[in-house]
Formats: sequence, structure tokens, C-alpha cells
Amino acid sequence: MSDQTIQLGHGGGGLMSRDLIQREIVSRFGDGALKGLPDGATLPVPASRSMVFTTDSFVVQPLEFPGGNIGDLAVHGTVNDLAVCGSIPRWLSLALILEEGLPLATLRRVLDSVKQAAVDCGVVVVTGDTKVVARGQCDGLYVNTAGIGEVMDGFELGVNRVVPGDQILVSGPLGDHGMAVLAAREGIRITSGVTSDTGPVHRLVQSVREFAPKIKFMRDPTRGGLASVLNEVVEDRAAGILLSEPDLPFSTGAKAAAELLGVDLLQVASEGRMILIGDASISEGVLKAWRRLPEGRGAARIGVVTEARGRVVLETVTGGRRLVDVPRGELLPRIC
Amino acid sequence: MNYIDAFRNPAVARGIRARVDALAGDLGALNRSVNIMEVCGSHTMAIARYGIRDILPPNVNLISGPGCPVCVTPTRYIDAAIALAERGVIVVTFGDMIPVPGSASTLAECRARGATVEIAYSPTRAIELAVAHPEREVVFLAIGFETTTAPVVSIVDQATRLGLKNVSLLTAFKLVPPALTALLSDPEIRIDAFLCPAHVSAIIGSDTYKPFAEAYKVPCVVAGFEPLDILYGIQGILEQVTQGRAEVVNHYARVVTAGGNLQAQALMAKYLEPVDAAWRGIGVLPMSGLGLKPAYAAYDAERKHGVTVDLGAENPACACGEVLKGKQKPPECSLFGAACTPDHPVGPCMVSSEGTCSAYFKYLR
Repeated sequence: MSDQTIQLGHGGGGLMSRDLIQREIVSRFGDGALKGLPDGATLPVPASRSMVFTTDSFVVQPLEFPGGNIGDLAVHGTVNDLAVCGSIPRWLSLALILEEGLPLATLRRVLDSVKQAAVDCGVVVVTGDTKVVARGQCDGLYVNTAGIGEVMDGFELGVNRVVPGDQILVSGPLGDHGMAVLAAREGIRITSGVTSDTGPVHRLVQSVREFAPKIKFMRDPTRGGLASVLNEVVEDRAAGILLSEPDLPFSTGAKAAAELLGVDLLQVASEGRMILIGDASISEGVLKAWRRLPEGRGAARIGVVTEARGRVVLETVTGGRRLVDVPRGELLPRIC
Repeated sequence: MNYIDAFRNPAVARGIRARVDALAGDLGALNRSVNIMEVCGSHTMAIARYGIRDILPPNVNLISGPGCPVCVTPTRYIDAAIALAERGVIVVTFGDMIPVPGSASTLAECRARGATVEIAYSPTRAIELAVAHPEREVVFLAIGFETTTAPVVSIVDQATRLGLKNVSLLTAFKLVPPALTALLSDPEIRIDAFLCPAHVSAIIGSDTYKPFAEAYKVPCVVAGFEPLDILYGIQGILEQVTQGRAEVVNHYARVVTAGGNLQAQALMAKYLEPVDAAWRGIGVLPMSGLGLKPAYAAYDAERKHGVTVDLGAENPACACGEVLKGKQKPPECSLFGAACTPDHPVGPCMVSSEGTCSAYFKYLR
């Protein structure tokens, strides 16, 4: 038995499976609810508190990219969904689908990243599953995570509360994740580089709890980028959005890669950023709180809510205005 | 130097706008308006992306020209490419051609039915595929203006050197100068000045426009694709118009020279010769394209595989022809935004990302 690559037997439920689970999963996540490998996790849910439950699957290619890999991405993706719903992320499930022939070293690096990211986010992996499929039936490794978070008091989120005069804030440069993955895939080497922003936003959310009643909308701009999120906010509503191009934060590397590939960064995914829409009176406070955190250093105010029904408009560097459209079709397949 | 931010500086943009406004004001006082045609599709896209039309004074009109290579490629060319793919040929193309409607189908649909249609970011992909599949024929969809022509014809250069016999070009190369002649000769179109293409000019050189400036008294200003380049180009044109001059001015000197890229020109002259070419929506313009010389017929997919490309039937309601000539703006077409959208394009100007209709739909609806 070679222990260098994943074999079909590792998913067979027999000795090889048990060995793999013991060595790779239990060794990393075996404390707490996973101890003894019960069929399900029993969780201490606090009385009279709402919980948030979400799930996400990850099929990114390549599995490892500048700034991260499918492992930390899978933790951050689910943690961020929980966080922008106004909850404190608590528990995760981790389901792996492995392709026969996957180097064990790759799996180990991915699982190390899962563990590190989970610790960083204060979440515990409490249940999981591992399957192996024959060569050619999946692309190396797919990951699914589901997560449960505990709702924080004070947040009353809903796009219906967004009104003209509200302001739009972002926590940092946009589109780094999508460009890092695309550049890695196309073999584009840029001197200034572009690194994925994959990371958690839960601290950003918790840092603005004092403003919760005046926060109306939070979202992490993943697939489809800022353009998709903002168009969703104003779709069929009596409000619009005006963005200011000179105020939009982008990294030099992402800009260079986007120019080369002809991609509009407004439509590119971030995996460690959040967008917040709130009353204008809290903007300064939110930005100040965010900028105290490393993940919020590049935070910026990028636009305002207008009365231009259903339209997201960009005032460009020339002072001219144009529509910010949603991306059509599949812009960048398999970036998360 | 940071070439991205330097040419997108809002403060500099405000300065140029003020100058443009002042010049346009002078012309307005004389009751004069200026029609500027941007010939190139990348200019059309940048103008829309940066909202430049929106900030120009009302007496300065930008007219989009026929400079999107995908848009001016005839329907029957797509049909020929599909026919080749269905015969088992490996068809290699830049991605823009994939969703373009032919008379009955698209390359995307053809690929979904099982044919081999490969998207390439570089023409060298055709050589790689020909080497990797010696038992199959490889055809590169050789469309484009002068900028694209030189790198694409290097496929033939490499193939002759490597002795490759299974690669050929389906040519529909177009030339910018004959299109300018056709536009200036059309009595229905009033063009007062040209905003000349950026990268095409890098190949052919800014001196190419001299005969137009002289014979037709139209200022010709070469400008780059960044927002400041475009605004500065418009300023240059208005200066000439107010002063009654009609000259060639190169505002893109960081890339374009008077004589152009001599190496690229030599490569094109070696393998290609001028031919009559069909422009979708415009018709056949004499000597407005480039085809392979008879000595290189072995690399000419039409001759090698017995396919022909001529002007095909087009949807009679589609106004792409009028749009390409700058006679109509996209929203004036009855199909625009309803029957014809980027998801379901009828005409070529909607399908290409550089198409005028696509630019209007994306940014200006």
C-alpha cells in the first residue's frame, strides 16, 4: 500500500479508510464533538437564540493559488456567509471528495490550511465525511463546508431598509481572489503579483456591532463581484447606486492582471472582503473600526444610494457616468 | 511609471475637459458642431467604459466606426468555419468569435455538438496543436485588422520553418485605410475628424493618415486607449478644427511612430497581398483586405479545404450595417435591447465585446 497518493480503497470504509481518517482527520480535528467519530455532532445551542445555517461547495482550480488553497477558502467562504448574516460563526462540517491519485501531500497541505483557518476564525469542525472517486471523476479535490452561527443582537439586516442617502463601504481592495486564481491558471506572471484575499470577515462584522441598528445590508462580494451584489440590492427597488471610480480600492497586481486579460474588476470575486450599506452617520465610525484591523486596512467609502430606480451607475475618472452591469454568462469558471 | 493610473488621473481629466469645453464653446459661438469618428472598436469600448460621451459638450459628437474585426466579419465566414469544424478539422480562434451567429448556428453550438473548437490567447496555439495532432488538420480563424494580422501570419512563417503541413488560415484580414476611404466617400456620412486607432497605428505608422488629412481636409489624431489619451485626442482634434487645420497628429507617441512597425510590415508583405474583402453590413470594398499570396496557397484554408466565403444573408431588421458606418446609433435599431441582447445577439455589433451595440448595452442603456 502506497501512502503517497489517494487510492480508491481510502474511500471503501475498510481499514484503509479508517487509517486515512485517523491519520489525517482525527489528528487535526479530533477534539470536541468529533471525538470518537460519532455519526453526528451534538451541539450546545444557547437557549432563546436564533442560529444561522449555511453551506457552500468549493471546486476551485488550481487547488493551490497565490495566497491560499481550497482548504482555507472553504473555511472562509462559509464563515463569511455566516458573518454577513450578522452571526458569530461557531461550527463547521467538512466533507471531502477526493480523486484517486491525489497526492497525499496535497491533501495534507489543504487540511493544515483548514485547521489553521478554523482556529483563526474561532470555529470548530464538528462533523465530516470523506469519499474517494475514480480517476477522472473529479478534479483532484472538492470540498463542502456547512456552518452554524449564533445570531448577534442588534442587527436588522434587509435590502428593504436601504434608502437614498445611505452610503456604501467596502473593507478592502476588490477582486484580488478572482484575479489571483485566473492569473495562476493562465500562467501569467506579473512582477507586482496578485495574491488572493481569501480570509475571514467575522472580525470586521463584530468590530461594528455598536452601529448594528443603522447597518442595513452586509454581503461578501464573491462570484460576480461588487457589480452583482449592488445590482441585486437595487433590483426592482425604488433606489439606485452611484459609485465613484476614483474611490474604488484595487490592488496594483489585480489591476495589472485585469488589464492584461480584459476583465472588469467590478465583476471579479473577492473571498475576504465585505460590503456594508448603512446610514451616512455611521460611515466614519465603521471605517475607523475596520481600519484598526489588518483585514480592514484598505477600507473605503465607494458610493451612495440614490433615487435612480434599479440602476447602478459609476462616475468614472473622467467625470462621465456609465452603467455597471451584471456579468453575463460564466465570466470566470471555478474560482471558488 | 505606473502606466495604469497615470492615464486615468481624475485631476488631469478635469483639466482636459475644461479645455475641450472651451474649444467647443468657441465652435458653438459660430454655430458649429464637430463629428468625430472613432474608427477602432477598442476606442468605442473605452469611450463607453469611461462615460466619455456623457461629458462631451452637445456640439461634439462621437461616431463609432467599423473597427471591430468580429463585427465586420461576414456571416458566411462563420458558416465556413463551422463547416470545417464539422468535417473534423481542429478550428482555433480568439474567443470573441465563439458566440457570433452565422446563418444557422454558432461555433459555440457547433462545439457543444462535439466538434473541436479551441479558444486561443495566442496564435502560437495553432502551431502547438498542429504539432500535437499530426493526423488532424488545424485551421486558425485569421480575422482582424493590421494589429492582429502580423502575429497571425507568423503561423505561416513558423509552419514553413517547421515543415508543418497540417495547419492553415481561414483569412478575413481587413485593412483600416480602405475603410476610411469608403467612409469619407459616402455622401450620407459627415465626418469632420478621425480619432485614429492606437494599436493599428503602431503597425502601420501615423504617416498612413497623411493622404486622408490632405485630400479630405479631416484632422487625424492618433490616440491611445486610456481615458486621458482619448480626451487628449479629442482636445487635439478640436484645436485643429477651431484653427482650420487638418493634419495628422500623433498623441500616442509612447507606442506609435510615423513609420510603424517595420518588422511586422515586412512579415505581412512577405506572405500576404491585398484582396477585395467583404465587410459585414457594408459590402465588398476593393483591396480592403489581405489574403495569402498564391505561393502560400498550401496554408490557405479556403483553397486547401474547398470552402468559400462570400456575403451571406443577414436579418433585414438588423441595423449593424448602418451602425458600423456611423449612420445610426444602436438604440435607434428596432432590435436593440429587445430581440438583440448580448445573451441573444442578432447582429455582430452586439456579440463582440468591442461591438458598438454591446458597448451601448453594457454601459449606456
